[in-house]
Amino acid sequence: MNVTIVDYNSGNISSVINSFKEVAKDKVNIEVTSDLNKIKYSDKVVLPGQGSFKSCIDALNNINGLVDVLNEFAISNKKPLLGICVGLQMFADIGFEETETKGLGWISGKVLKIDNQNGKFKLPHIGWNQINILKDSKIFKDIENKSHMYFVHSYEFIPEDKNVISATTDYSSNIVCSIEKENIFGTQFHPEKSDKSGLIIIDNFINL
Amino acid sequence: MLKNRIIPCLDVKNGRVVKGINFVDLKDAGDPVEQAKIYSDGGADEICFLDITASNENRDTIYDVVEKTSKKCFVPLTVGGGVRSVEDINKLLNCGADKVSINTAAVLNPEVVVESSKKFGSQCIVVAIDAKKNSDKWEIFTHGGRNNTGIDAIEFAKKMEDSGAGELLVTSMDRDGTQVGYDIELMFRISSIVNIPVIASGGVGNLDHLVDGIKLGNVSAVLAASIFHYGKHSVKEAKEYLDSKGIPVRI
Repeated sequence: MNVTIVDYNSGNISSVINSFKEVAKDKVNIEVTSDLNKIKYSDKVVLPGQGSFKSCIDALNNINGLVDVLNEFAISNKKPLLGICVGLQMFADIGFEETETKGLGWISGKVLKIDNQNGKFKLPHIGWNQINILKDSKIFKDIENKSHMYFVHSYEFIPEDKNVISATTDYSSNIVCSIEKENIFGTQFHPEKSDKSGLIIIDNFINL
Repeated sequence: MLKNRIIPCLDVKNGRVVKGINFVDLKDAGDPVEQAKIYSDGGADEICFLDITASNENRDTIYDVVEKTSKKCFVPLTVGGGVRSVEDINKLLNCGADKVSINTAAVLNPEVVVESSKKFGSQCIVVAIDAKKNSDKWEIFTHGGRNNTGIDAIEFAKKMEDSGAGELLVTSMDRDGTQVGYDIELMFRISSIVNIPVIASGGVGNLDHLVDGIKLGNVSAVLAASIFHYGKHSVKEAKEYLDSKGIPVRI
């Protein structure tokens, strides 16, 4: 099996690579590439994302044909895809970081700045927070409710259809922190930095 | 609820762990990769490497240490010391650091903070502020605490937030290595004026100092070196103690 981590200049992805390789050991081949053919023919795709919504979307668009290949992979062929952090946020129709930017439009909704209640909550939301699991997501197998995950973000994804939400976390309000819609998965937190629980999530995704 | 973080810091020189008393008088005490692994297995919320003599020496050894550590530790890894340019930051991130802390370069050339936070995202840019009290204000020191710039630390903290820093790592030079506790007033003043998380550093001698940092200094995270490093307390003990004092921690 091939799992491809999309390398599209979205910032630092070395931790994502290290964690997937740690979990995959020799059982699964982890590719790190922006090669369209390799992405197309892989079994699973991981879409990381650091920096701003706009910078990540711009970086995707900078690679000719990449968005089309991702659309084909996730929407037409319905193969498993995991978005991490801004990788998840880009599923939305639109994001408002830096400037209004069109997203991939896979899951209706928008990406807005977390309401910090006039400075009562510091932003970025950095650190370990507990997740409230709202529905049985395949990537949460063996993950207990209220497990701690590592977060670092200032924006949150607000999907229109609340049924896609698989977990939230409490920071100023109930922030959406995990999504499952058919073959599309996303975590706002960083499983690659969430210690043993995070590695279980990665393992669950690899074993889907 | 967001938990307060406990961050053990390993001072690294030539690829080996050392801990300075007021930044001098170094003792060699171990392999950083193994130490980091012990900490992360013990529940450390993040690991911090500070390449202490990096401003003056060949620092390629740190890249190797970061690369090896990031393959074994799956909690955030912050690396600082001698980071001068956007290229240095890029190199550390590529080796597997999750955040890079910038000290001297942020003071001498704040543009590095602006540029790097734009390029890599604020989430990985930590500005390290080394401050020392001088009558009624705190002044910024650079070059591992050797040079006094006279810059007001509180104003500088605000400026760094505006420049794009994702977090501030505030060290009291008066307290560092003394084990008498954080400079609570300094921590409180800075955490009150900025809206980004503040990490307290410098002076921890016992577990109550960690409690005070969070409760009185109002910081998001507490960094300590020697109380963990010489086996005085484990990270687990520290967390259990904080928990018993009603501070939210990841256990």
